[in-house]
Amino acid sequence: MLELQGIHKTFNIGTVNEKKALVDLNIKVNDGDFITVIGGNGAGKSTMLNIIAGVFQPEEGKIIIDGVESNKKAKKDNNFNGIVDITKMPEYKRASLIGRVFQDPMVGTAANMSIEENLALANRRGKKRGLRWNIKKEEREFFREKLKMLDLNLEDRLTTKVGLLSGGQRQALTLLMASLIKPKVLLLDEHTAALDPKTAGKVLNLTDEITTKDNITTIMITHNMKDAIKYGNRLIMMMNGAIIYDVCGEEKKNLTVNDLLMKFEQNSDGEFANDRMLLS
Amino acid sequence: MTLSKDFVAKGAAQGVFMAIIALFVAMVVGGLAGLVTGLLNTKLKIAPILAGILTMTGLYSINMFIMGIGSGNVKSNLGLGSIGTLFTKIEDFMPIGRNWVIFIVGALSVAAVIGLIYWFFGTETGSAMRATGNNEKMAKAQGINTQGSKILGLVLSNAFVAVSGALITFQQSNASNTMGVGSIVAGLAAIIIGEGIISGKFPFWARLMSVALGSVIYRIIISFIYLAGVNSEYVKLLTAVLVVVALSIPLIKEKISKTARKSKKTGSGGNADNTSVKEEKIADESSVADSTEKQEKESAVGEV
Repeated sequence: MLELQGIHKTFNIGTVNEKKALVDLNIKVNDGDFITVIGGNGAGKSTMLNIIAGVFQPEEGKIIIDGVESNKKAKKDNNFNGIVDITKMPEYKRASLIGRVFQDPMVGTAANMSIEENLALANRRGKKRGLRWNIKKEEREFFREKLKMLDLNLEDRLTTKVGLLSGGQRQALTLLMASLIKPKVLLLDEHTAALDPKTAGKVLNLTDEITTKDNITTIMITHNMKDAIKYGNRLIMMMNGAIIYDVCGEEKKNLTVNDLLMKFEQNSDGEFANDRMLLS
Repeated sequence: MTLSKDFVAKGAAQGVFMAIIALFVAMVVGGLAGLVTGLLNTKLKIAPILAGILTMTGLYSINMFIMGIGSGNVKSNLGLGSIGTLFTKIEDFMPIGRNWVIFIVGALSVAAVIGLIYWFFGTETGSAMRATGNNEKMAKAQGINTQGSKILGLVLSNAFVAVSGALITFQQSNASNTMGVGSIVAGLAAIIIGEGIISGKFPFWARLMSVALGSVIYRIIISFIYLAGVNSEYVKLLTAVLVVVALSIPLIKEKISKTARKSKKTGSGGNADNTSVKEEKIADESSVADSTEKQEKESAVGEV
């Protein structure tokens, strides 16, 4: 369970460029949820993910997460129930709980390092890094197995520099890295937006496969309403920094793109006409 | 007879021991200088190059103070001739000539440093540091404490820089406040020359060796310039020009291949395109500085 309580985030406070990105945002993400997030540009979708990941600190509000296992403070406390307030936790520490895939395929991997080196880094997410050798022999077998799942023939190219891979391959690898150690929540920020339609479809299928197989709690931002309906068990629509529509289960399955557009129109004062969403 | 021999050996051994302690102290102090740069950069968010310049400027006064200890005043240089150095002490031990001693100590130091760097960047911590230099956003997302990586990198590289400074001081039997001037450019020149010989396709250890080789070649070039009778004060200008030329070679190459492509497009088709694409890829690779080299360059800025 991940919960955002009364989150407020404003950029450039006190300047003419002041922008309220999130306004009293509340959401409870249940374990195993696959949530698709839609909304116009500037609705606060990416800001929400960045707040969860710890890139930004909110001015107000709390982020709590449960099911946290090893925590020094927690071990001392006998009544520890696994619920931790992570609002103030720095981004790199939070990484032990959170997997991320970015929109830009260049961001999720280290281009000058090999496939196996990237995977080895991911395999130590949230663990202490010491002076042991970076890649163990048995790890290579594990990586090969995982790479086979991607079906991109990367399993024979462990020592290839990631910079030589295509955008789609890099995105698939990033996805694998984000889920290599099962995260409490996986954050996908339009991770197929920079890919061509065919590759995007492949990466989406892979996303579905991986998250279903390991039952990973996922939040996925997308601009494609068809994908938003097709994937996941829950859909939220954001506007002006808040959630305006939250639907799950059967009701979500039966949604159509038209329903979503109507919903969108109801809530916006006709301002969405030139929005990117219309194109999807 | 045997007594006096024994005495000399003992004295020399003691001298070598003291020199090694001096090296160790230099290493620690250099590491501290790196720590200051690292903290300025990560905690106070001062741009890396400026943080290095600030530390270096502050160290100017501290160096003057250290060299003046015992004389009751600050000093900008200090001769070690009267007390001897690592090299003279080893020579007392093994009378094989000063140059051979310098060569052996130098070669051993280089081998040790290459070995250490190769090992370190293969470890978990070293890999995390490489990832930080390569893609900071990714490093953070993979749970790497990027600030810690940067600070550690600066501490280690500055410790190495301080040790090399101490070795040079031993070799020259003289320390001066300006002896480090120009060593950033000399270091860059060594890397560029080394890269020219051994490019990205080679394994990491070969590329580390290429930097040492580049450094030797650079010194040989400088010696020839001296031999040609150029005033030693002009050599730095020549070095700067040399490095500028070397740094601009990739760009010039690209321009040339572009014009070549244009002129070839009218003639033969696919083949020419293929080769130029390959060339571009190689140019791309060499333009992206390896994280180690970055660290070295950074450290050169923050050197003692």
